Amino acid sequence: MGGPEIERLIAELVKLPGLGPRSARRIALKLLSNPEKHLAPLSFALSEAARAVRSCSLCGNLDSRDPCSICADPSREKRLICVVESVGDLWALQRTGMFRGLYHVLGGLLSPLNGTGPEDLNVAPLLARIRAGGVEEVILALAATVDGASTAHWLADQLRPLGVTLSRPAQGVPIGGTLEAMDDGTLAAALQARRVV
Amino acid sequence: MSGCGAAKVRQCIEQSGRFSKVEWEAPAIVLDVSPFGESDALAVVLTEAHGRHRGLVRGGSGRRGGAVWQQGNILAVRWLARLADQLGAFTAELAHPTAALALEDPLRLAVLVAACAVAAGALPEREPHPRAFHALMRLIARLPDTEAALTELVRWEVALLAELGYGLDLSRCAVTGAAEGLAFVSPKSGRAVTAKGAEGWEHRLLRLPPFLLNPEAPAQAADWRDGLKLTGHFLARDAFGSHHQPLPAARISLYDRIAALAAANSPTPPHSANPSREP
Repeated sequence: MGGPEIERLIAELVKLPGLGPRSARRIALKLLSNPEKHLAPLSFALSEAARAVRSCSLCGNLDSRDPCSICADPSREKRLICVVESVGDLWALQRTGMFRGLYHVLGGLLSPLNGTGPEDLNVAPLLARIRAGGVEEVILALAATVDGASTAHWLADQLRPLGVTLSRPAQGVPIGGTLEAMDDGTLAAALQARRVV
Repeated sequence: MSGCGAAKVRQCIEQSGRFSKVEWEAPAIVLDVSPFGESDALAVVLTEAHGRHRGLVRGGSGRRGGAVWQQGNILAVRWLARLADQLGAFTAELAHPTAALALEDPLRLAVLVAACAVAAGALPEREPHPRAFHALMRLIARLPDTEAALTELVRWEVALLAELGYGLDLSRCAVTGAAEGLAFVSPKSGRAVTAKGAEGWEHRLLRLPPFLLNPEAPAQAADWRDGLKLTGHFLARDAFGSHHQPLPAARISLYDRIAALAAANSPTPPHSANPSREP
C-alpha cells in the first residue's frame, strides 16, 4: 500500500481488541491524514503510558504511582477489600462510585481445563495484606461463571482461616430488565437468591 | 451464456451437491468451553447420537452466549458445517441452567465440573456413547441433592469405564469365587475380592464402597472417598493413561475435597492418598 511503516502501523492496530483489518486501516488513515493533530499526541500518550504506568505492588491495579492512587487514598476504607478478576472489573466498580474500600486484582480465574492453577493467580499478596491486619471483610466480586464460582469457592477456603468476613455480590434481575427478556440461568439464580420484602 | 460459462455453472452445481452442508440437532451437555478470539468460544458437548463433539460458538464467550455456554448446562444444540470432518459451528438454546443452579454450592459445583472434565477427557470424539450420555443426564438430574449426586458420580464413572472397555468385574470374588461379602477390588485386574479373600492384602487393594453393589445402601463421605479412589485409579491408568494424559485437575481436586470431608467426619485415617498419585 504505502510502505512498510504504514503496513506495520496497521498490523499493530489489528492486534487491539475490537479492531479488524478494515477498522485498523481506517484508523491508520485518520491518524496519518493529520499527523500533528492526531498521530503526534497519540504517540506521545502511548510512550508516556508505556514509561509511567505500572502494576500496583499492593493490589495489581494499573497506575503511574506505586502504591496506586486507590491504595494511597487515606479516605478509603482499609477494612474492606474487593477481589476482582481484572483491572477492567476494577474500573467497572470504580465507575459506580458505590465502593469506598480497597481492591485486589487476581489477574485471572482458576480454570483446570485451560491449565490455570492457583500459582498463576495474584493470591499470595492478598493473603499477606490480610495477615498484616486491619481487613475485616473481603468481597469476592468474580464472574458468575463456572470458573468464577470455582475460584471464589477456592479463595474462600484459603481466606476463611484468616478470620475475615467473606461476601459475594448478589445475582439477580438487572435494573431496567424484564423477566421475559432474562436468560434462564440468571432467572434461576435470581429465584434462588430471592429475599423477603 | 457461452459454452465455457455453462460448463462452469454445471461444475458449480456438481460441486455444491458434493459439498452439501452437514447439520444435526440434538440435546447436548456442555463439557468444556474455552474462549476463542474476543467473543467467540470453542465448545465441547456430549450428545446421545454424536458423542463428544467440538464446535465453534459465535459469541459464545460474549454477554449473551456466556450465560448459555457454561459447563454442565443442557442445551438444544444445532451443529452446522460445510463438510462432516470440519470443526463446524454450534448454535443453541438453553434447556436447563445446570451451572447457574450449582454455582452457590462448592461441593455441587465441584461434582459437576469433575464429571464434565472426566467426560471431556475420557470419551473419544464423535463416537456415540448413549449410555454415558444418559448416565450423565441422570447425574445432572440428581445434582440438587449433592449427596445423591456424589453417589451417582461414582456410579457414572464405573459405567463410563465399562463403556470405554475397561469395566470392573464386581460380580464375584477373584480369589474365592463367592458373590457375597465383596469388599475390595484388585488395582491390577479390576476384579472384586471378598474381605476373606483379601486377608493380609487389604493395604494393597482398593476398597469397594457398598453403594456400588447395593443401590439401596446408604453412603457417607468415606464411601464416596473410596468410590472416587477406586474409579480414579482405573480412569487414570486406563481411560486417561492410554492417552498419556493425567486425571483432570478438577477430578483430583474433588477427591481431595471429599477425602478432607471424610477425614473430618472420622478419626480413622483414610485408606491411602490421592488416586492420581497412586501407583
